[in-house]
Amino acid sequence: MTDTDGAATRANSFRTGPDEDGRFGIFGGRYVAETLMPLIRDLETAYFAAKDDPAFIAEMAELRTHYAGRPSPLYFAARLSEHLGGARVYLKREELNHTGSHKINNTLGQILLARRMGKRRIIAETGAGQHGVATATVCAKFDLPCVVFMGATDVERQRPNVLRMQMLGAEVRPVTAGAGTLKDAMNEALRDWVTNVETTYYLIGTAAGPHPYPLMVRDFQKIIGEEIRAQMQAAEGRLPDALVACVGGGSNAIGTFYDFLDEPSVRIYGAEAGGHGIEVENGHAASMTGGRPGVLHGNRTYLLQDADGQILEGHSISAGLDYPGVGPEHSFLHDKKRVTYVPITDKEALEAFQLLTRLEGIIPALESAHGLAQVMKLAPTMRKDETIVLCLSGRGDKDVDSVGRYLGMNA
Amino acid sequence: MSTRIADTFAACAKAGRPALGIFTMAGDPDLETGLAILKALPAAGADMIEFGMPFSDPMADGPGVQAAGLRALRAGQTLNKTLAMVAEFRKGNDTTPVVLMGYYNPIYSHGVDAFLEDALAAGVDGLIVVDLPPEEDSELCLPALGAGLNFIRLATPTTDDQRLPMVLRNTSGFVYYVSMTGITGAAIKSHAAVGAAVKRIKGHTALPVAVGFGIKTADDAARVGRDADGVVVGTAVCNAVANSLADGRATAGTVGAVTALVRDLAAGARRARS
Repeated sequence: MTDTDGAATRANSFRTGPDEDGRFGIFGGRYVAETLMPLIRDLETAYFAAKDDPAFIAEMAELRTHYAGRPSPLYFAARLSEHLGGARVYLKREELNHTGSHKINNTLGQILLARRMGKRRIIAETGAGQHGVATATVCAKFDLPCVVFMGATDVERQRPNVLRMQMLGAEVRPVTAGAGTLKDAMNEALRDWVTNVETTYYLIGTAAGPHPYPLMVRDFQKIIGEEIRAQMQAAEGRLPDALVACVGGGSNAIGTFYDFLDEPSVRIYGAEAGGHGIEVENGHAASMTGGRPGVLHGNRTYLLQDADGQILEGHSISAGLDYPGVGPEHSFLHDKKRVTYVPITDKEALEAFQLLTRLEGIIPALESAHGLAQVMKLAPTMRKDETIVLCLSGRGDKDVDSVGRYLGMNA
Repeated sequence: MSTRIADTFAACAKAGRPALGIFTMAGDPDLETGLAILKALPAAGADMIEFGMPFSDPMADGPGVQAAGLRALRAGQTLNKTLAMVAEFRKGNDTTPVVLMGYYNPIYSHGVDAFLEDALAAGVDGLIVVDLPPEEDSELCLPALGAGLNFIRLATPTTDDQRLPMVLRNTSGFVYYVSMTGITGAAIKSHAAVGAAVKRIKGHTALPVAVGFGIKTADDAARVGRDADGVVVGTAVCNAVANSLADGRATAGTVGAVTALVRDLAAGARRARS
């Protein structure tokens, strides 16, 4: 009966995906043009060979420790906890990583892979610029030419990151199509990739896109949750009661959640971009709360779309969450009701941004502020001996200009 | 399965010339003008029509086709309207194949079974869906073949001999060879390489091989059509529409601009093997 038991265990696990076709339930897959398919298959082969190769594992470990600065601290936010008057709130300080966000976890892994595959040129898309900066950084370190596609709207609202990328030697190509946000940047990156497929590695920044990207990005980000487990054991002697992370494409969220998916006592929340409000037509970027399954950018996932299957632009104050889709594993976890995805409005995120800045002296990225806003709702409903861990995925230096404008502060 | 595609390639082969496929975006620049363009194509020399289903995020298309899709969407084009245009076209033409070309999400949103039923009823002969490689055949390819619609696959310069049989396995009607690694409207770098690729594919299949991407002029059609069973022109058609507009709207010259281009391309195709 061992086999049956094993099958039953697997059937009850939330951590069995993706299957060999890259699917998490009905989500995921490989919906790309034929030109890219041979490369996607090569990438899958190269990744599976690398991930179990001791040399690759050792190089990643070395870079994580001495270049990225891992492990990132788990910080007990005493004043924030006291202010909210409920659960003890811990912050997983991913914003203290080199480059200022969790994005470096993934770009280090993929740049090593690109080198193993003999690729000579790197392209990436970016929304808030955090992934663009993390990509430009590893390209500088490994001496590879780098082109970052960024929506023209985002170039405007995330100016400091544009300058950082340029100083790191990357070429930033503003994309004016559509609303000039992350979706449009990804379209343009895919067009470049189709054109330069022989030489070019597409370094996708989130846990979305065609298989094997969602798997690969999750694998490179899951260290966040693994560290949280060990650090909470040291701090509290037990598992956290709740986890919270913001979800755009969802890479910091899946990295935070993955290690805990099969721990039923841990409640898990993903904060989507509620923009002007979920009831406002095309006024938010909450693809799971306000969208339905469709196919875009290589995978089936929840998408913001009109009745005819045309993709909507969506809206968020946060460039990093301003995307009409989400990683396919989140769509799966949403359908399975393992993770609760909630919309957070621009206004709520701005309030959270200010609260953390004043109470803890930590300026969060607007993306991470969405997760914090959910913590502000959740903590007061929990007992004082319960704990919440928020993934503070990025720092907010890039946002001070735009937040200042929203708040009417004159510099 | 309709025989319009097979009949067309056979007739062109008998006449010693490649079939001329013309891509036009459904509803560009508006429904009425788009329908007039569609109806005018066969008489201007189009042997086969690739009818674009506009999509908000056309990841394999260059600026010319992107702009055409946006014009159509802004004018209110939908998948139902596209299918209705084909049905209207069929009232006056029962011989010219119409192949719908686009991306998967609007079809998925419509519902695959309903879409296949509606497309068959409208008189569609085949489908080209850019983001459905053989790995995703169960989505639409197999249901389409089962329903009696041709599913035309793209083969590309990156499709090597090892992968080609997989790409060809569930392909019907013809094989669409993408002349380059790139997006629609870019330039062909080597005509010799395109000719060699067509011969390579023909070594693996008895289906006709049509070449698209990068064919803009009558001379291009003549050169590529020497080796290929068909040539497909799209971006040049979209650009002809764009250049005929005034303040973004159709003019009296819009349909004529397209038919003039198609007549020229047809002349190029006719001299391909002479």
